[in-house]
Amino acid sequence: MNIRLKLNGKMISEDIAPDLLLIDFVRKHGCKSVKRGCETANCGLCTVLLNGKPVLSCSVLAARADGQEIFTLEGLQEEASEFISFIANQGADQCGFCNPGFVMNTIALLRENPDPTDDEIKSFLSGNLCRCSGYEGQLRGIRDFLDSRKGGDR
Amino acid sequence: MITIKEYVRAESLEQAYTLNQKKRNRIIGGMLWLKMGKGAIDTAIDLCGLGLDKIEETEDTFVIGAMTTLRSLETHEGLNSYTNGSVKRALENIVGVQFRNLATIGGSLWGRYGFSDVLTFLMSLDCQVELYKGGLVPVEQFASMKHDRDIIVRIIIRKAAGRFGYSDMRIQSTDFPALNCAVSYFDGMWRCAVGARPSRAVLVKDEGRMLPEKPDPEQAETFAKTVAEQVTFGSNMRGSARYRKHLAEVLLSRLFTEIGGNLS
Amino acid sequence: METKEYKVVGRSMPKKDATQLLLGKPVYTDDITPDDALVVKLLRSPHANAVVSEIQTAVAKRIPGIVDIFTWEDVPKNRFAIAGQTYPEPSPYDRLILDRHIRFVGEPVAIIAAENEKAARKAMKLIKVKYEVLEAVLDFRKAKDHPVLVHPEDDWFPPCEVGGDNRRNLVASGENHDGDVEAVLSDCDVVIEHTYHTKAFDQAMMETFRTYTEFDRYGRLHVVSSTQIVFHCRRILSNALGIPKNRIRVEKPRIGGGFGAKQTAVSEVYPAFVTMKTGRPAKIIFTREESHIAGSPRHEMEITLRLGASRDGTIRAIDLYTLSNSGAYGEHGPTTVGLSGHKSIPMYTGSLEAFRFSYDVVYSNTLAAGAYRGYGATQGIFAVESAVNELSEKLGMDPTEIRLKNMVREGMVMPAYYGETANACALDRCLAHCREMFEWDKKYPVRDMGNGKVRCAGVAMAMQGSGISNVDVGSATIKLTEDGGYILMIGAADMGTGCDTILAQMAAESLGCDVDKISVFGADTDASPYDSGSYASSTTYITGKAVENACEKLKKEICAIGAEIIGCSAEEIQFDGGEVIHLPTGKKIPLSDIAYKCQCFSERTAEATASHSSPVSPPPYMVGMVEIELDKLTGKVKIIDYMAVVDCGIPINPALARIQAEGGIVQGIGHTLYENLTFMENGGLIEKDLMQYKIPTRLDMGKLTVEFEHSHEPTGPFGAKSIGEIVINTPAPALAHAIYRATGVWHRELPITPEKIVFGEE
Repeated sequence: MNIRLKLNGKMISEDIAPDLLLIDFVRKHGCKSVKRGCETANCGLCTVLLNGKPVLSCSVLAARADGQEIFTLEGLQEEASEFISFIANQGADQCGFCNPGFVMNTIALLRENPDPTDDEIKSFLSGNLCRCSGYEGQLRGIRDFLDSRKGGDR
Repeated sequence: MITIKEYVRAESLEQAYTLNQKKRNRIIGGMLWLKMGKGAIDTAIDLCGLGLDKIEETEDTFVIGAMTTLRSLETHEGLNSYTNGSVKRALENIVGVQFRNLATIGGSLWGRYGFSDVLTFLMSLDCQVELYKGGLVPVEQFASMKHDRDIIVRIIIRKAAGRFGYSDMRIQSTDFPALNCAVSYFDGMWRCAVGARPSRAVLVKDEGRMLPEKPDPEQAETFAKTVAEQVTFGSNMRGSARYRKHLAEVLLSRLFTEIGGNLS
Repeated sequence: METKEYKVVGRSMPKKDATQLLLGKPVYTDDITPDDALVVKLLRSPHANAVVSEIQTAVAKRIPGIVDIFTWEDVPKNRFAIAGQTYPEPSPYDRLILDRHIRFVGEPVAIIAAENEKAARKAMKLIKVKYEVLEAVLDFRKAKDHPVLVHPEDDWFPPCEVGGDNRRNLVASGENHDGDVEAVLSDCDVVIEHTYHTKAFDQAMMETFRTYTEFDRYGRLHVVSSTQIVFHCRRILSNALGIPKNRIRVEKPRIGGGFGAKQTAVSEVYPAFVTMKTGRPAKIIFTREESHIAGSPRHEMEITLRLGASRDGTIRAIDLYTLSNSGAYGEHGPTTVGLSGHKSIPMYTGSLEAFRFSYDVVYSNTLAAGAYRGYGATQGIFAVESAVNELSEKLGMDPTEIRLKNMVREGMVMPAYYGETANACALDRCLAHCREMFEWDKKYPVRDMGNGKVRCAGVAMAMQGSGISNVDVGSATIKLTEDGGYILMIGAADMGTGCDTILAQMAAESLGCDVDKISVFGADTDASPYDSGSYASSTTYITGKAVENACEKLKKEICAIGAEIIGCSAEEIQFDGGEVIHLPTGKKIPLSDIAYKCQCFSERTAEATASHSSPVSPPPYMVGMVEIELDKLTGKVKIIDYMAVVDCGIPINPALARIQAEGGIVQGIGHTLYENLTFMENGGLIEKDLMQYKIPTRLDMGKLTVEFEHSHEPTGPFGAKSIGEIVINTPAPALAHAIYRATGVWHRELPITPEKIVFGEE
């Protein structure tokens, strides 16, 4: 079947198998940031934005994305660059395998709630598993970013 | 991973219904559970083009399209205000935001999963399921119906003046619950839905009006025990039947006290 | 304590790969290898102990897209071990690529090579296997001398003598002691005697096992794998495939976590075999389920402990017996068990008069265990620290006081730790520091919060090692580039820990330059100098020293080249990091001149390689304290605060050391409270994916605070010891302690689930 969708701002029209998953579709189109960490929709590594909302691309049929707009981290490098250095300063990137999903969902969080509390951050990102960092450094990094942004406003 | 031979984005409910009469065709909801299966699907029928992803609030009802995501429900102000925040409490621990942006209320209900927080929560409300052919069915009745080839179109919640509460026990924060309970008080009666027993939720109504509107802790505890006696519990890796029964007593008792306290 | 001012060492800085990782650049095995490689899938056994009596692949092979299917009949018949250990390996050679005898649920019975995933999955369903199902040994407590043998084969081969005997289901056994433990125990006022049980926890690194293989332009086997052990991997593949080592090249790109899982060559042999057979590039990506049922989890252990003390709290004797379950294969079995005693008992060197440590490691028809952060120490420390807490509660002494009274201190000789001396030990300061930071005196008492909830605290200490003494080899090559920068080449494996960065910091410190001047390359068996690999908390301590030594060598070489340019003796040249100076004249030679000099009519190269090995393995030390709120009615444990103070010598990069500690603590919390393994009747694992095997989320670990107490390890680079593993050891005993405080019940089996807490099931 044929689908047409916008991936990172670029229109793509392609024949696909009806059971192709969005994660495999975007990886095939060079978006290797999108990772598969489980088969059970539990890890959050495959997070992409579908019409602006963070979703698990492992659980979306590419067919359903027909006519929709998809963003992966490849298409949001600038937005990510605003805060990733704060995560890096904590060393909280660690192995990095969960980073793209975590960064994507953080982007979604900050778009929805530009000034979240620590509890709101934890709650919004609870579907992003990380086995290395223990999460505290990721939180410190986001907090430092938010604080720096407030400092800049003054 | 399931295999799918054909994908159809339904243009009408009638088309979806007709396609769905074939045994190897399936309606797809959030795809979260479905995709883990090993089966083969001939035609996947997608309802995402039918505008069923909205919550409409009227003076006395909430009308919720079957394709509404759990995240939309969880963040809906009207629903939260009506249920005293119970809808958020019931849904916010289901895996993660990205998961709840996909999972649909129709899909969650259709599965009638034992672990379902959605089913338990809806059972405590005055809630009906609108089936394409079957018409309006109380959610409690729907829960015990056999899987057929009908389609959930909408969920309708009547705004009965009352108070609501939700509580669950999760061993790890975003895991399936070891037990969940939803309690409500409206039309002069307490209602308790108990789910993840681990089988699907059941509703116990206080038809004998045993529990007063504002119970003291002792009355709450006694009635919680009475409810737990009427419910059967089973064992799995998340807890034994004995532990679940104990949890039901604790969670229900606390909910009665909390809701009763709010009523004053 | 000796303190020294460093310019680069001891400073927090981002990892060298941070931007690439955080921006999602393609840096992992599956990202950088071709998408059109053959898909390799494994058909796995549903039985725990069986013999393949017949296997039919003809129908499956006819599916379009199937390239070939291999069974036990097709593979070499020489046994090997997949444990990543220095030769001769302590682990027995008990594996074949595919064995006719199946020993656990999930063991591969066929290798499928397909053009695509769909064809491979279809073929899996069409391969017909007949099994002769045998009685399985599923309870490891009954495995020793069981009539059913997990490894009855005649060609079972242990390269080292470790007390194993396949005719008794024994992978290893042994005993060592100091003093007369029975005599001292019989003289003790109090003896705590219990059995502690820990399970085969899964590393659950986010990137599952995966390997890509191809023939390179010389027709050699080129392996790109997510591994901590490139050199061991080369040897393992050579053994498994029967091809010379110089015909194999193994490299690792970025690794999506390891925690020891990837210290075993879990996935490498399958695509390698396919490439050898078909000549084509091949790739295997383990599913999460495969990672769980056929990975390399922690050794399940049952530890029986007798701890004797006098009424005043002096700990006088420890007798510790460990029964370790190696599962279906022996990887890391003989070595992990050692740490259960050697890295728990020495913590009480301060007062101990006698100890005995004995063990059996058994085969059973369950998951084959491997290496997991902590490597046996985690299990032993759970037992010993729980017993010490129980002793203090029994005697009515503060558990921090009892530790101060008995703990190992700097300068002590540790008979239970190979007679090594604690050259650098700040354990006493860690305890004092943590007590103060945590406000122990306020949080230790049980406080009723109402509605069935109480708050209270627990404590534990830990130690580990820094590399394997007399075994591990780390190496580094450092090369000067033409513009005065450097390339640091290593064989150690950064699996996310940040070792590339801290090794670069050490090089920058040695060479007197900015860390940006150091680029790091690794690890690749063709290009990197030999390194045992990144495990056993070795990289900072062992490879770090090699880096320091290589830089010292290079500095000498640079001076010699400078002398050649000037035409003087090398003694007249000084290199301070910035420039090369001719001391008598003050003439300066830029580094670029040194580098270019080596590229024109020269017999010198501006590079140096050094290797390092250590006769000792200096322990890092740690104290962890946890405050919980426990709901006595539901059994739910909510962590409020977890605080820890670590002595890892000098932290080379404090930010990265802190993250190591925080990550390890959270893993430990998971093992203690909910990560669980239960089995179906046939021996199949129930918690085989992340839907059932629950690891902590960011809502589960409360607030973490980690600080450091410095010590100076004289044998380590810049005074450093290790930190990678020790950090996982305190949560289990500290949480078990806090739960006891709340409930009055000691839990001696992990995980301690809410149900066990509610019903007081020990």
